[in-house]
Amino acid sequence: MAKEINEETMENVCILAKLSLEGAEREKAREEMQKMLDYVEKLKELDTDGVEPLSHIFEEENVFREDVVVNGDEREAILYNAPKAKEGQFQVPRTIG
Amino acid sequence: MDFDTMTALEAAEKIKQRQISTTDLVKQVFDQIEKKEGKVHAYLDLYKKDAFARAKEVQKGIEEGRYRGPLAGIPIAVKDNICVKGKKTTCASKILGNFVPQYNAEVIHRILDAGMILIGKTNMDEFAMGSTTETSAYGPTKNPWNLSHVPGGSSGGSCAAVAAGEAWLALGSDTGGSIRQPSSFCGVTGIKPTYGTVSRYGLVAYASSLDQIGPVGKDTADCAALLEILSGKDEKDGTSLNRRDTGFSEELSDTVMGVKFGVPLEYLSEGLSEPVKKAFMDAIKLLTAHGAIVDFFSMKTTEYVIPAYYIIACAEASSNLERFDGVKYGFRARDYEGLHDMYKKTRTEGFGEEVKRRILLGSFVLSAGYYDAYYLKALRTKALIKKEFDQAFSDYDILLAPAAPYTAPRIGESLKDPLSMYLGDIYTVAVNLCGLPGITVPCALDVKGLPVGIQMIGNCFQEKKILRAASAFEKFRGAFPRPEMGGACL
Repeated sequence: MAKEINEETMENVCILAKLSLEGAEREKAREEMQKMLDYVEKLKELDTDGVEPLSHIFEEENVFREDVVVNGDEREAILYNAPKAKEGQFQVPRTIG
Repeated sequence: MDFDTMTALEAAEKIKQRQISTTDLVKQVFDQIEKKEGKVHAYLDLYKKDAFARAKEVQKGIEEGRYRGPLAGIPIAVKDNICVKGKKTTCASKILGNFVPQYNAEVIHRILDAGMILIGKTNMDEFAMGSTTETSAYGPTKNPWNLSHVPGGSSGGSCAAVAAGEAWLALGSDTGGSIRQPSSFCGVTGIKPTYGTVSRYGLVAYASSLDQIGPVGKDTADCAALLEILSGKDEKDGTSLNRRDTGFSEELSDTVMGVKFGVPLEYLSEGLSEPVKKAFMDAIKLLTAHGAIVDFFSMKTTEYVIPAYYIIACAEASSNLERFDGVKYGFRARDYEGLHDMYKKTRTEGFGEEVKRRILLGSFVLSAGYYDAYYLKALRTKALIKKEFDQAFSDYDILLAPAAPYTAPRIGESLKDPLSMYLGDIYTVAVNLCGLPGITVPCALDVKGLPVGIQMIGNCFQEKKILRAASAFEKFRGAFPRPEMGGACL
């Protein structure tokens, strides 16, 4: 069995995920995460000592290119989908007091 | 003219020979949509007016020799996680309900350059997270073979559209089986290409190390022709590869004589339902009867692919979906107090249950104190899985697998127990973890009349091998039936 997901861990995960789950939804999410973590514990059976973590499947070199501007002014296109915009900028709630 | 049994390549040929026009074809496809869409709900958006205008332009282009490709004039549907300039792209999520991209995905440029005609956007599981198309915020798609069953997912809308004759071809995306599994459930053909073959530029990311766009169609030849159009290096996707061997439609064959197929024994164990097992074993018999060599061997990492996949996919999803914060695009919550509260409320109200579940799990496995035990452990497991596939491909040309343990479940059955739904991905996720190409081809109908597909898996860059074997298999199998969409299920 995986470590028990207590309220403290749940709160920490919600902060990282930027989700505010309350009441029944929070409890259900906690139970389901616990169930999933208990299941993936299975990986512990597998001996991976000395095995390097594999992120990219091909042994590709890093991809570099010259930093050349290829686009023009796309302010209008970029702001087109903004939920709120003001004076050619994204508008967000006040962040500094 | 019998459009039902005609393939996209045949229709395109008839356009070239002036037996039919592009407008005829667009009219035909919208007639089908008119008749069936109310029952199937394969689409989230339709471009009827644009499609007729485009048909005229393409007809002229074909006549003037500007569009010479093998699929010029063919109507195509696009999964709703692929950006089309000026058209809503929602990922079947409320959080992107009003998102209108201001640019085209690379694959959209390519299909337009090939003279194809966009007809609309197809339904999917929200952000491609799900195996049934039921996690869509806009209601489930129904399986055209039986409307009380799911089409599979996450590219359920694309596969149902092709199955119902509501599209000639479609684009899907495959992160853990999202093209191959619904292709099996809907009795159509679908390909997940080698990672890096098709540009992901303009595909809304789910798990970037696993995502690939691929074709869905009526048969292997149609899918091969479309894959050839989609493939190629794109500077805008750093993982896209410069492949020179993308002439996929050139070498389709009608023989499997001497081809060595491997079947992992673990794939035939308890989880596999009887009807799928029977169809799968019958397909193997058909291949051996035509000179294929089929061996059974053990893949010991099989029981670890689902845990490794869900850790990696959810980790990447939690990172990729951070961008949906109510600032740059999409939905923003109405009431909030300050910036962080806006982020949280926007995301909590905007995402559906399955998406939140995966973001939470991904956030947990990447968090301090758990990263090594979960995320790195999964990446080490992935290395062992890859090693076992490498070994298998030193012994065999192609691996055979079912696409799912069962045929399409009834609507409403799968979401009650997420873990058991995840277990259904057992035959498809390793292909994504290892970057391999895979194709699903229909092979039989079960006793309920629901389709079963067989999956052929190749080593990286070996699309041609699986395409040759798949097209040969189609010939041995004979014409596959089409859903009648009449009688009892309506």
